[in-house]
Amino acid sequence: MKEFKYTITDPVGIHARPAGLLVKEVKKHASAIKIANKDGKSADAKKLLALMGLGIRQGDEITVTVEGDDEAEAAAAIEAFLKANL
Amino acid sequence: MQVATGSSILNGIAIGKIRIYKAPKFEIKEALVDDPAPELERFEQARVKVQDQQQVLYDKAVKAAGEESAAIFQFHMDMLDDDDLLDAVKTIITDQHHTAEYAAQHGFENTAQMFKDMDDPYFQARSADVLDVGNSVISVLLGLDTDSLQGSEPSILVAEDLAPSETVRLDKSLLLGMITREGSSTSHTAILARSMNLPTLIQCKDISDDWDGKFAILDGYNSCVYIEPTQDLIDSLTKKRNEDLRQEALLQELKGKTNTTIDGKTIKVYANIGGPQDVGAVQVNDAEGVGLFRSEFVYLNSTEDPSEEVQFQAYKRVLETLAPKLVIIRTCDIGADKTIDYMNLAKEENPALGFRAIRISLSRKDFFKRQLRALLRASAYGNLGIMFPMIISLREVRECKEILEECRKELEAEGKNVSDKIQIGIMVETPAAAICADALAEEVDFFSLGTNDLTQYTLAIDRQNAKLEPFSDTHHPAVLKEIQMTIEAGHRHGCWVGICGELGADTTLTETFLRMGVDELSVNPRSVLPLRKVIRSIDLSRNPEEGNA
Repeated sequence: MKEFKYTITDPVGIHARPAGLLVKEVKKHASAIKIANKDGKSADAKKLLALMGLGIRQGDEITVTVEGDDEAEAAAAIEAFLKANL
Repeated sequence: MQVATGSSILNGIAIGKIRIYKAPKFEIKEALVDDPAPELERFEQARVKVQDQQQVLYDKAVKAAGEESAAIFQFHMDMLDDDDLLDAVKTIITDQHHTAEYAAQHGFENTAQMFKDMDDPYFQARSADVLDVGNSVISVLLGLDTDSLQGSEPSILVAEDLAPSETVRLDKSLLLGMITREGSSTSHTAILARSMNLPTLIQCKDISDDWDGKFAILDGYNSCVYIEPTQDLIDSLTKKRNEDLRQEALLQELKGKTNTTIDGKTIKVYANIGGPQDVGAVQVNDAEGVGLFRSEFVYLNSTEDPSEEVQFQAYKRVLETLAPKLVIIRTCDIGADKTIDYMNLAKEENPALGFRAIRISLSRKDFFKRQLRALLRASAYGNLGIMFPMIISLREVRECKEILEECRKELEAEGKNVSDKIQIGIMVETPAAAICADALAEEVDFFSLGTNDLTQYTLAIDRQNAKLEPFSDTHHPAVLKEIQMTIEAGHRHGCWVGICGELGADTTLTETFLRMGVDELSVNPRSVLPLRKVIRSIDLSRNPEEGNA
């Protein structure tokens, strides 16, 4: 299992547009990918509405966990995506 | 005659009959079904159909209002791929043997409630999107014909509220204007109305079912609607509307055309903008790029010195949305008439001649580097030009470029992407820069003439002082001569030259500027098309009746 933390910089947080893109990115990977908000509540990152339901805002630190055969590659890709878009 | 007021979304006039628009009322029976399989299949078909509808709405909205406004429909499509939501609906069908429409209604309502219960207003507002998509699914399942709600003749639509997909789906040929009781000026409906150029009144608390079929005039200029107006009002507002229409038609005709004179000289017409909110106007008015993006908004909209990250996001969004159009971002131009508390700028005797713009940036290197790093990082997402304001000397330009290079090296060492095609330019807005233009041109890719400050500094006339008005002359030969010198000096060194001050939009000078050889004019978005019209009527091969300066 791989785990990393990331602090959201987008002024609106994980809003509809990047959330949709994030779900698409996550779906490219076979691993199970979960995102937890600053209160520890977590959601399957392949699920758009659950992800938005975490209400993640600018400045929040999120925890991403990746588990599966392609976890190393998937974690790197998700981290790069977050840096570029959120 | 009845007059009702509201809040106007755009200046425009609509004249015609009122049509009361009521969102379809769903009559969903609670009847249970024996076999859930056909209901699952019906739901799946409706889901696919609504997704197709949303794709059509997305394409429509991109065309009418730009990608930013259309993004909401992408979200709607993504929502219909969401496993949790789909499972919620399917479970109601399979476990409780309800019909597809009943299951859709409850499944979507529950999800909408989840958003409604959240703390953040942005997420709360998404509940309307969920219900909007849910209603589309139910309409398809019930075979409701939402098109007939508009009636058959062009009318002013009156509704409690309009969901974004309703607004986009409306047949524009039957739509003269819109009036709603609810809605906010930042709602998707308002944004779409604005970009589709539809006179729209929101928060009109007095709307009434009695209005249905009555003759009315929606006056967006005065934020009101007249029900059964007097003949005088009809005459004067009809005249005003016809003027608007003439102008509008003219502009539509020019969209997509080049800024080419009769004898074949083409220049660029760019837009001046003050923040990400103006990006839609750049697209709607068909500007070829942004000639001046005032970066002050990132400083003015903040209570503390904005971080590199915040700036990066803001610049990136604009560059990304407008790519591959060139976007020239001017570095911080604070000082003089624009001050900010957290910058702790001392009061000055003579602020226009004081500590401002590049003088602040070069004195506060960390502050400057934050902005340059944000710009360089954003450059990877579009076509960026960086412009330095208030330059008076070669030394300053070189120093700016050195700091920029330092930032680029740092970012590259950090593994960040930076474009290698960034254009570098300066504002020519001081007489010093105009006079030394030859030397400065060797250092940069472009010049942009800031005629407001150039005029103030050349004529020694404070532009804030109304008393000096009689002495001021915006067409002063000294200023025109400086413009000419700058263009010629730029061209001698392979540097293109534009004008981004107010003079650029002064159509009485357009021919003069073209004869001087200007390469680009950057004006406020609404002036882009009128200026194009003037350029296309100019023939430079004809002897000018008036000598140019």
